[in-house]
Amino acid sequence: MKPFAFARPGSVAEAVRDVAGDPAAVFLAGGTNLVDHLRLGVATPERVVDVRTLTSREITDTDDGGLRIGAAVTNSELAADRRVRERYAVLAQALLAGASGQLRNMATSGGNPLQRTRCAYFQDVTTPCNKRDPGSGCSAIGGYTRYSAVLGASDACIATHPSDMAVALAVLDAQVQVLGPDGERTVPFTQLHRLPGDDPSRDTVLEHGELITAIDLPQLPATARTAYRKVRDRASYAFALVSVAAVVEVSDGRVDDVRIAFGGAAHKPWRAAQAEAALRGRPATEESFRAAGDAELAAAVAQPGIDGGNAFKIPLLARTLTAVLRDLTTPEGSR
Amino acid sequence: MDAEISLRVDGQTRRLTVDTRTTLLDALRERLGNSSPKKGCDHGQCGACTVLLDGERILSCLALAVAHEGAELTTADGLAPDGELHPVQQAFLDRDAFQCGYCTPGQICSAVGMLDEVRRGWPSHATPDLAGEPELSHDEVGERMSGNLCRCGAYANIVPAIQQAGGVRA
Repeated sequence: MKPFAFARPGSVAEAVRDVAGDPAAVFLAGGTNLVDHLRLGVATPERVVDVRTLTSREITDTDDGGLRIGAAVTNSELAADRRVRERYAVLAQALLAGASGQLRNMATSGGNPLQRTRCAYFQDVTTPCNKRDPGSGCSAIGGYTRYSAVLGASDACIATHPSDMAVALAVLDAQVQVLGPDGERTVPFTQLHRLPGDDPSRDTVLEHGELITAIDLPQLPATARTAYRKVRDRASYAFALVSVAAVVEVSDGRVDDVRIAFGGAAHKPWRAAQAEAALRGRPATEESFRAAGDAELAAAVAQPGIDGGNAFKIPLLARTLTAVLRDLTTPEGSR
Repeated sequence: MDAEISLRVDGQTRRLTVDTRTTLLDALRERLGNSSPKKGCDHGQCGACTVLLDGERILSCLALAVAHEGAELTTADGLAPDGELHPVQQAFLDRDAFQCGYCTPGQICSAVGMLDEVRRGWPSHATPDLAGEPELSHDEVGERMSGNLCRCGAYANIVPAIQQAGGVRA
């Protein structure tokens, strides 16, 4: 591990100035991804600025009936919060489908969405990777692609975003509160993450030195029901092959409104706008659900690979979407 | 680069100078002579390094020591301060819940933290109703302990041991 200086400033503003003023500085929160990257040589900062005890660890009710989640709230605390379990089941389910008990006790709400891809080549510094070392090439293309993207990939990068929590936040239309050297700004969660394009080194639209201080959840309509379903290679403690988050409002057997996001499918939590448009106003039937999946996945591209490739993900996403929507639109579905 | 820190480990205050790169796991094992937490993968994947940090189970291999100035740590060693076994430790003996024993201190710290999470009503992926109270079923224990790997495959006895310690009648 490369040597680094460690700092814990007295305030969030000071921490932001500290990192913004030093291109070789990084923020540290829960450390579950960064500390591993320090050890692997994926991250080589000269200065580590600890913000875990500086940002808020509170979940507060907002004036518009939603919740504000402080950046230091752990994944465990967030999933256990009564308000989250009762009003935002999709978020509690996504958090509980991720990582392990120990990791959820460390990982923070601000850090989880900023975790980096688990693409094997990104984490192996002996192989070319455009995300880790821009311009060096993509080893995943034609390599091990079981966990690679089927939507929105580029010739430069086919990595997927690994977070479960982020997929739920994408359908909840969460708002990200960001503090930078020039002050505060609010970023809609669906605009936080980028597609790889020709610059996969940047996962998000955040500038160096900008820090997530809180995430706001707007109130959901009273009739909305939500769910998260994750499909993985083992029953627990594994990243998603695919996942689906959904918020659905149905009346008289018709879909009044719907929000859908895919995980394990793209460089970012993939908000399925085509599927949503195809489903709004349609009867809440399996036929409609399948048509919605087809509308979104018409643009999907499978990656061939030495492990057999990831073509299986496209029908798996369609079927998982249908299953989630069926559960949510039948009386015994989860809220 | 060095930093001076103070940690409370198994009830004792310990002061030490660490390189900023030192993890809690290496501080405990290499600097403080506490070999109870084990180094398995050193990447947060196996759970052998699990300790209790301010009462909550965490992975000491993914925590920088310098970021935990003043923290209260409990290792499996510290769960039996006067040689009297913690109920989870006794249950592991009663149920023959280990073979080689390498993962056991991590399993035991994880189980202690996990039982406290269940007592606080925290749900898991295996909890049938998110709004309800979790029970210590086989599936719940398995899901909640999935961050602790056992290469000997002693899971069949680990689950009943944890249920016993948690007050479930066999």
